[in-house]
Amino acid sequence: MALHKLTLRELSDTFGKGEVTAAEIVRAYTLRINQVEPKVKAYISQIKDAAMVQAEALDQKLKGWRRTMPLMGMPLAIKDNICTQGVLTTCASRMLATFVPPYDATAIARLRGQSYLLLGKTNLDEFAMGSSTENSAFGPSRNPWNLSAVPGGSSGGSAAAVAADECVAALGSDTGGSIRQPAACCGVVGLKPTYGRVSRYGLVAFASSLDQIGPITKDVADAAMLLNVIAGHDAWDSTSANLPVPDYTKALKKKDVKKLRIGVPREYFAEGLDPEVEQAVMAAVEELKTLGGEIKDVALPTTNAAVATYYLIATAEASSNLARYDGVKYGLRSKQNKTLLEMYMKTRQEGFGPEVKRRIMLGTYALSAGYYDAYYAKAQAARTLIRQDFEAAFCEVDLIVTPVMPTPAFKLGEKSEDPLQMYLSDIYTISVNLAGNPAISIPCGFSKTGLPIGLQLIGRPFEEETVLRGAYAYEQATDWHKKRSTVR
Amino acid sequence: MNNAGQAYEVVIGLEVHAQLLTKSKMFCACGADFGLPANTQTCPVCLGMPGTLPVINRMAVEMAVRAGLALNCAIRSKNRFARKNYFYPDLPKGYQISQYEAPICENGVVEVPVGEGRKPIRIRRAHLEEDAGKNVHDGDNRAVSLVDLNRAGTPLLEIVTEPDMGSADEVVAYLKMLRDILMYLDVCDGNMEQGSLRCEPNLSLRPVGQQAFGTKVEMKNINSFKFVKDAIEYEIKRQTKVLNEGGKIQQETRLWDVDKGVTATMRSKEEAHDYRYFPDPDLVPLDLAQDWIDDLRRTLPELPEARQKRFVTDYGLPDYDAGVLTTSKALADYFEACVTLHNQPKIVSNWVMGELLRELNNAGCSAASSPVSPERLVSLLQLVDKGTISLKVARDIFPEVYSGAAGGKTPEQIVKEKGLTQVSDEGALEKIIDEVMAKNPAQVAQYRSGKDTVLGFFVGQVMKASGGKANPGKVNELLKKKLAG
Repeated sequence: MALHKLTLRELSDTFGKGEVTAAEIVRAYTLRINQVEPKVKAYISQIKDAAMVQAEALDQKLKGWRRTMPLMGMPLAIKDNICTQGVLTTCASRMLATFVPPYDATAIARLRGQSYLLLGKTNLDEFAMGSSTENSAFGPSRNPWNLSAVPGGSSGGSAAAVAADECVAALGSDTGGSIRQPAACCGVVGLKPTYGRVSRYGLVAFASSLDQIGPITKDVADAAMLLNVIAGHDAWDSTSANLPVPDYTKALKKKDVKKLRIGVPREYFAEGLDPEVEQAVMAAVEELKTLGGEIKDVALPTTNAAVATYYLIATAEASSNLARYDGVKYGLRSKQNKTLLEMYMKTRQEGFGPEVKRRIMLGTYALSAGYYDAYYAKAQAARTLIRQDFEAAFCEVDLIVTPVMPTPAFKLGEKSEDPLQMYLSDIYTISVNLAGNPAISIPCGFSKTGLPIGLQLIGRPFEEETVLRGAYAYEQATDWHKKRSTVR
Repeated sequence: MNNAGQAYEVVIGLEVHAQLLTKSKMFCACGADFGLPANTQTCPVCLGMPGTLPVINRMAVEMAVRAGLALNCAIRSKNRFARKNYFYPDLPKGYQISQYEAPICENGVVEVPVGEGRKPIRIRRAHLEEDAGKNVHDGDNRAVSLVDLNRAGTPLLEIVTEPDMGSADEVVAYLKMLRDILMYLDVCDGNMEQGSLRCEPNLSLRPVGQQAFGTKVEMKNINSFKFVKDAIEYEIKRQTKVLNEGGKIQQETRLWDVDKGVTATMRSKEEAHDYRYFPDPDLVPLDLAQDWIDDLRRTLPELPEARQKRFVTDYGLPDYDAGVLTTSKALADYFEACVTLHNQPKIVSNWVMGELLRELNNAGCSAASSPVSPERLVSLLQLVDKGTISLKVARDIFPEVYSGAAGGKTPEQIVKEKGLTQVSDEGALEKIIDEVMAKNPAQVAQYRSGKDTVLGFFVGQVMKASGGKANPGKVNELLKKKLAG
């Protein structure tokens, strides 16, 4: 049995029945990682040995006992901007190249509570700033479908690891599309929960009002399983919602979208959209109609302001969030400084990569005296309009269907010299973060060159169940999710 | 240009940082105590570690609201926190969480005693924020600076007045009243030396009659009432001199130098930070329930001013006594506890203000931690009242009652052991009087020839002969009888 080919649900069932031990699972994934990781470069740190120790201890403890928790013994990969106690957490930055957090993120603590197995920490754009995983201080990751293409970003390492079967599932973080866009690039499922659904405690902050942790998995059922564990209120995060968490796997009972009204926003099918992507997404819309959905046109008129709004709010928050990396307490400190100012400047010059510096400068400018009203305050006003667009649209429909990104995954180096082009690859995902809604990316086809194409389903705040139901119905009616990358 | 002789009006506003007496820090569960070994009172949150998040301390919010209500402020039920961004090693996150556009308290006023009357000082705002840590510069090795983050994240209430004060005395009067109020509310210990109450005056001058304000100067590093007065008086003289000589005041922050008794430039306006305030996205705006605010208003304790008035009307105390007794809540509570046991307010007041306060001040103690309980003090007073001992004996043995009070002897025991019981027995007293009269025939003759004032001499002699134990009233009575012949 090739354990690494199983989905999370399949592996969990197999483990639950006692047909396989945790040690066998780790052994299988160790083999797989050793085989493909040199090509894919999904991980920043691998901790397979520690995982084996944990697996053996778990097997020992379980002798003669039932395995009741769904994630028990499941080998996961975690994006390297989510804090894991005692395990290096670098954010793909020289600044934190040696940082070992003395605490777990709340999402990790919940996984640990189920005795999951941590295989390693995955690559990302430095501090999650980017759309290709090329902005990593430790080198780029590759797309398992085509090693010369990017895996998307910023959670490119997590998406590539899932697509290349280097873990059974992964966690990513999504600030402007950083779960959904790499999931689309790598032909896997990526769910950004509603802002506040999953605690941000221990997620190294990029833009606090937009960041959200979510699952990257092989199929929709796996995403529901993982969300079940990480969702819920956390007293350590004041922005986490104090609302009950439903059993998301129950949303998968129906394999249709009958009585669901599904909106197609015309603004998302305008200039810049690759015809192959458009075709695949429109075909998916037809499929949803066949499955009983009522297809309607909706308007999201403020869409064209989203990228500008996002790059003001996200950079403003980032400029403040990243001020703590000053060389005083942890992480990098530049050597041989004569003055305090010199220490600050050299540490930050050496510690941050160019994209991070660009965003700190943009954000600092947007908050500066005399510019605050013109930029930050205006962006907040625009954000309100964008949110109102979604509220109005969701009076008419229950789900909104769009592309995830304008093109399939681009080549390494293709956009890295042109930040604006890079920013535009998030044009379909950014509004959702500004509005706070949940959204999923699922595979809906392939380009002629064999690269995956993603479909985005957006729901009302805290209606992840509807999003999962629509995604599952479509997935079960199609075969895209069964296709596997050929990397070996 | 020489402006010598121009009269100036002094305009002063005050920013006060009061450390709130919460058990834990503003945004994490760490304790907020003084004097622990460096960096032992810290956690990932107050160390600003990656991915950590702040959570608002409910008790700090409650204390801010109570202070705001006591300062007659409007409480803003919807208020929010903002980030104040600047780099400094004692500021772990690279920003301080404070309040900017929507402070929790606004538009208050306190009536401060000035001369014979009272002057309203308006409070512009009072807002919550977290304190920074402390940089420690190694004395032996000046190449090294260390950071202690024990204090980082402790809750502060910053209370800002309008520029309503016109002299050092007014500032001191306001500061004293503010400190009394905060201490009465148990929201701040008021200790200026330890930095739990810090004040930063801003001061400008303008020619008398001019409407527009002059250029203001901020002052820091002032940690006692004396320094407040000294620094302000120095700064008034300095600015007057500059203006009189035709110079201009620079907008700047100046540090009070205790040793030299002068203020000196710390940073100029050009060096001032752009703090890039913006709403903290990690904290949802507070939305305080009106019921909760009303409850806090209902349960506010009696404030010093009201209590002082009540002491005058209810206990018939002089204004002076009432003022002294209500300077601290603990002392006023002590006084009232005594009066409940011994309903002679003026006598109790004399003892509390006199003997007790003297011993407490010598020991640097507050009435709350007095080694003499109100019960024990009253038992001493009752010995006097019953005539068991004289007032003089009571005063003499008070230090012993005070120092030995913790687990020590009761006043009754001390009196008994030392044989200090007052002698009221007429036979015994007459015997002493007879002896004294026999020894002093000349004075007896003087008295009998009409010189009444000699009576004092005889009282003194009799008291002395009795070792202070004679009952003075009885002595007087008997002496008059005997001397009359």
